[in-house]
This record gives sequence, structure tokens and C-alpha cells, in this order.
Amino acid sequence: MNLHEYQAKQLFAEYGLPLSKGIAADTAEEASAAADKLGGDRWVVKAQVHAGGRGKAGGVKLVNSKAEIEEFARSFLGTNLVTFQTDSKGQPVNKIFVEQCADIERELYLGAVIDRSSRRIVFMASTEGGVEIEKVAAETPDKILQAVIDPFVGPQPYQGRDLAFQLGLTGKQISQFASVFTKLAQMFLQCDLSLIEINPLVITTAGDVHCLDAKIAVDSNALYRQKKLADMRDTSQEDPRENEASKYELNYVALDGNIGCMVNGAGLAMGTMDLVKLNGGEPANFLDVGGGATKEAVSEAFKIILSDKNVKAILINIFGGIVRCSIIAEGIVGAVKDVGVDVPVVVRFEGNSAELGVKTLLDSDIGIVAATSLIDAVQQTVKLAGGAA
Amino acid sequence: MSILVDSNTKVLCQGFTGSQGTMHSEQTIAYGTQLVGGVTPGKGGQEHLGLPVFNTVGEAVERTGATASMLYVPAPFAKDGILEAADAGIELIVCITEGVPTLDMLMLKARLDLEGIRLIGPNCPGVITPGECKMGIMPGDIHLAGRVGVVSRSGTLTYEAVKQTTDLGFGQSTCIGIGGDPIPGTNFIDILELFQQDDQTEAIVMVGEIGGTAEEEAAEFIQAHVTKPVVAYIAGVTAPAGKRMGHAGAIIAGGKGTADDKFKALEEAGVSTVKSLADIGSAIAQVTGW
Repeated sequence: MNLHEYQAKQLFAEYGLPLSKGIAADTAEEASAAADKLGGDRWVVKAQVHAGGRGKAGGVKLVNSKAEIEEFARSFLGTNLVTFQTDSKGQPVNKIFVEQCADIERELYLGAVIDRSSRRIVFMASTEGGVEIEKVAAETPDKILQAVIDPFVGPQPYQGRDLAFQLGLTGKQISQFASVFTKLAQMFLQCDLSLIEINPLVITTAGDVHCLDAKIAVDSNALYRQKKLADMRDTSQEDPRENEASKYELNYVALDGNIGCMVNGAGLAMGTMDLVKLNGGEPANFLDVGGGATKEAVSEAFKIILSDKNVKAILINIFGGIVRCSIIAEGIVGAVKDVGVDVPVVVRFEGNSAELGVKTLLDSDIGIVAATSLIDAVQQTVKLAGGAA
Repeated sequence: MSILVDSNTKVLCQGFTGSQGTMHSEQTIAYGTQLVGGVTPGKGGQEHLGLPVFNTVGEAVERTGATASMLYVPAPFAKDGILEAADAGIELIVCITEGVPTLDMLMLKARLDLEGIRLIGPNCPGVITPGECKMGIMPGDIHLAGRVGVVSRSGTLTYEAVKQTTDLGFGQSTCIGIGGDPIPGTNFIDILELFQQDDQTEAIVMVGEIGGTAEEEAAEFIQAHVTKPVVAYIAGVTAPAGKRMGHAGAIIAGGKGTADDKFKALEEAGVSTVKSLADIGSAIAQVTGW
């Protein structure tokens, strides 16, 4: 789960990290008033969305007057910001973050992730701040410095000092950076984070280490024990269909094609999409109905798939393990009658009570195509959706 | 022989008396597994499914001689349950539970590695040696004792691979679902190493998916250490970047972890790959000449 910059900075402030003062505003008036509360005569205004690339998209601006703040807030609040990280619709802007301005001498990068290969929290630092770090990593990997957190003893100050010296910091900056490093690592561990990124971490003209940006992602599996962070969830930044699906323990991801897919198991759901593509069709979605698919879940799955008007045919692929295909078949029959499915539906059952499931479908006179094999099912669906693309 | 479990393996169930623990323990017993008891704190001394219930794993191990344990406990209690099993001397822990926090897994993995204890999962279907021992939620009846080792990050894709190798009469030595999480207790390389050493395993099916670099690392390992034929399939060629595809670990992040990269690494390592999940069985026939 991602946090907004202003939420990440609230957390940073709690951990005593060096930050500019800022206020998140819901309206242009609030944004303007925030400037008075913060003081000074220059501010940075930032549109709050769950996406990077805001600066290039015009969503971050240095301003010198309250009039400019109001104008910026009016132009962005209630609109969608499109950046190179969003889709073509962009992400809705509901808050503007108004922040005191920092004078920048040097831009650095500092981030932390969970490295799946080494199974450790790994910090990355670079002298190349303020640019896309993936690019730096790909083109000049020697410019990415690393520090690995030991799972038993946690972060150590020497690791922060080591990074600081390698970044070319001097004097008081060494201990400031080491403190930032240690606090971030503690925050990562205590808050169940999966990512921290400060891009850029700056050295101010006064020579101090300062967190200019803040990006945080929280491990969704740990939200049950991170109540405060769970409350920061902003569903306006998420896909409404994915959210609706998650209420019924369905995993749904929208795609661009015209063949709706309903599958049990995440791996098989991906494999089914790939088979559709391999046979000349285009999948409209990823949808995993899970291991314990009930009639209600199947009904909801149909509704969500059909809410996508591009869908021309639906492929249902169920490998009955613990779940019985005959139960799923009853769910499908009921759902087709209740929901009113007006596109062709092809079903492939395998495993637990597959034959009974097929019989249930054929006896139901709802016009479902029962396929004889996985490939047969995919090819029939592609044909019914209008043939190979 | 097989790997990890066989007909002599004495198995415990943690979370024995809960609904999931009860349902899957019934099937485990019906399959012929030597389930010797279960653990539910506070219910020690009772009998459940005709087997003794213990308060602690330590007591269960002492009384039954169990060396393996399968966990059906909710995610918030998985770390505690796994550590309890480890400290009680259990050598093989199978955690079915989905949703275990990643930082719990970082700590657990480091700790279990120190002591040489094997954890399968979490977020997995478990492990089965057909006809001998079933520790998990997979349907027993699609399996056939035989000569193909199956290792997979996905539950239902494992079943597809199993069904195809059963239909062709090859059967399976042991099947392991290593799970769909970013930090699994056991990875492809651990299992490939065991299959390579196992006499019963004559060929290997490896089923991967998008996210992380476990398949790329497995490709390097296969090239250097595996002489048995390997057929690999990777799910998620059509998955969009930056979206989590059901499994916590199935996400293309920062341009890394694509199915194309994984196919390429495996092919460069000399592994036979299939682009269609329906071709796994026939590819095994082709590489082995069976």
C-alpha cells in the first residue's frame, strides 16, 4: 500500500528526520492560508498523487506569492494528474501539499527496499539524486552504494557513516546522514514498510542533510498490525473495480483486451491470460476467484468482468482441487441467470467433480459452452470474441 | 526414494482443531499420511479426528516422535507457530497460510537457515510424495507415484503439471509448492538440488511466474549443477508492469521480473521451456524420450 508524500512526511517527522515544514490542504483557500501559517515568502506546492514523475508533469511548483498558490491549487484540485508512471487517465488530485522552501546545494538519493535475492533490507544511496534511480542503476551501477541490514542486530551507525563518506559528505553531515540512515531503518522495521525512497535527499546551502521528498510503501500483509498506517489508505488512488473485487476476496486486474477471464489460483489465472494471447486473443482482465469460490463470489466476478464494456466473451477455467467443480457450476448457472450475462461463456473444468460440473452446465439450458480441454476452451473463446486479433 | 517426505514421515498439524486444520487433516489422513497428532494451545489432552491434541509442539514431538509439521494458522500467528515448531526440533515445516508479513519472513528465514531447518511456504499448497505422504491442500487423487519432480510458485499451476504427467503415465517423485510470496522459506535452487540427488527423480518440471529473480538464479544453478532434464514454464507474459497479480510476489517492479527475462535466462541455461501451460507434459515426453 502506498502513502502520499504528505503522509510519509508525517511519519518522517515522528521519527525526527530533517524536513521542511508543510501543510496538506483540501481547498485553494486552505492552501493559501497554509502559506501564512508556514511563514516566509517562497514555497513549494505539490499535487498529492500515488505516482512518481510529478515534477515533469507540472504537479510540483516553486511559488513566490499566495496568489500563485491559490492558482496552482485551483488548477489541480479535482483534476487528474497524468505522469509517465500513471495510465492515460492519471490519478485524482484531492490534496495540495504546501511546503517551506529549502535552498539546495547538492542532490543525493537514499532509498531502502526488501531485496528478494539476499532476503535482506538493503539501503541504496547515490550521488545522482533527483533523477530516475532505475536509470542510474542500469547505466552506471557503480554509482549505487549499498548497505545491508542484518536481521538479527539491525542497522548500525557505522553503516550510515560509511555511506556518508562514500557520498563525499564532510564534517557535521557525516553524523547527520548516519542519523537519517538509522532512523529510516528503524522506521522500516517498526512500520512494516516495503519501500522508502528519498529522491532527492539534499545538502542545503547551510550545509545540512535534509529530506526533500519522501515516498513510502507499506507491506499490505502487515496492515493488521499497523492500524495507523492502514487508516492512511486513499482508495481514490486505486482502481475502483479492483477494490470492489477485493471485498469479495477476488483478485482483479483490468487489461485492454476483450476476453474476460475467471480462473481459480493466481498462477493459473496468469497462465490462462497468456494462453489467450498465445492463441490470438487479448485478455480483458486477470481474475483469481480463489480457492473457496462460492456462488456469491462467482456472481460478483461476473459483474466485475461485465462492467468492462470491451468484453466480448468470457472464459472460465477452473482446476478443482479442494473446491468442487460441481459447486462452481451451480454458482455459474445461478450467476448467469441473476446477472444476465449477454456474452458467450466458455467453461473448462478439470479435477474435483469436473464431469458432474459439466453435466450441471449442460442440463441448465443457459447456453454455456463446455469445453473438452484447456486449449479447446481458449480457442473457442477467442473465436467467439471475434477471432484472432 | 523421494525428497523431503515419505511413508515414514511422522507429521503434526498446528492449528489442528480449526476449520481449515480439520478439513485438510481429514484429507491428509485419508491419503494415508502418518499424521500422528495435532497442536492447539489450550486443547491438550483432547482427541480430534481420532488423534491426540497437544498444547505445545514440544510436547507433541516428545510424545509422538514427529519430525514434520504443517501449519493452518492465521497469518498473524504464523511466525510464532513456525518458531515454536523450529524450537521443538521439527525438521520440516510446511506453512500453507497466506498473508504472512514480509518482515516476519526475513527474520524467520535467517533464523531457520542458521539451524538448518527447512520451511516450505508460506502461501503455498504444500508438499506431496504420491502414495506416501501428503502435507498440504493439494487434491491427492490427481497424483501418481512416478519419476517427475515438480516444483512451482503456484498452487493450481502445480496441479496442471501434475495432471499432465499423471495422464501420460510418468507420475511424480515429489511435488513441492514453494509459494507465491516474495520471501519463500525454500526456493527453486534448494529443491532442484534435492531433485538432482534423488534417484527416483528422472526429470524435473519447474513452474515460475513474474516477480523477483528466483527463476534467473535457478537457471544459473541448473546450468552448473543439474544434469537431469528440466522443463520450465513461466506464467505472466501478459501481466502489466507494476500490478500485483494475486500473489504477493507476482509483480514486475522497476522493469525487473518479467516473464520474458525469465524465459530467456532459462533458455540460455539449456532448459526446455514451454510457452503454453498445456504443453508441460508433452515437453517432458520430448526431453526424456518416454
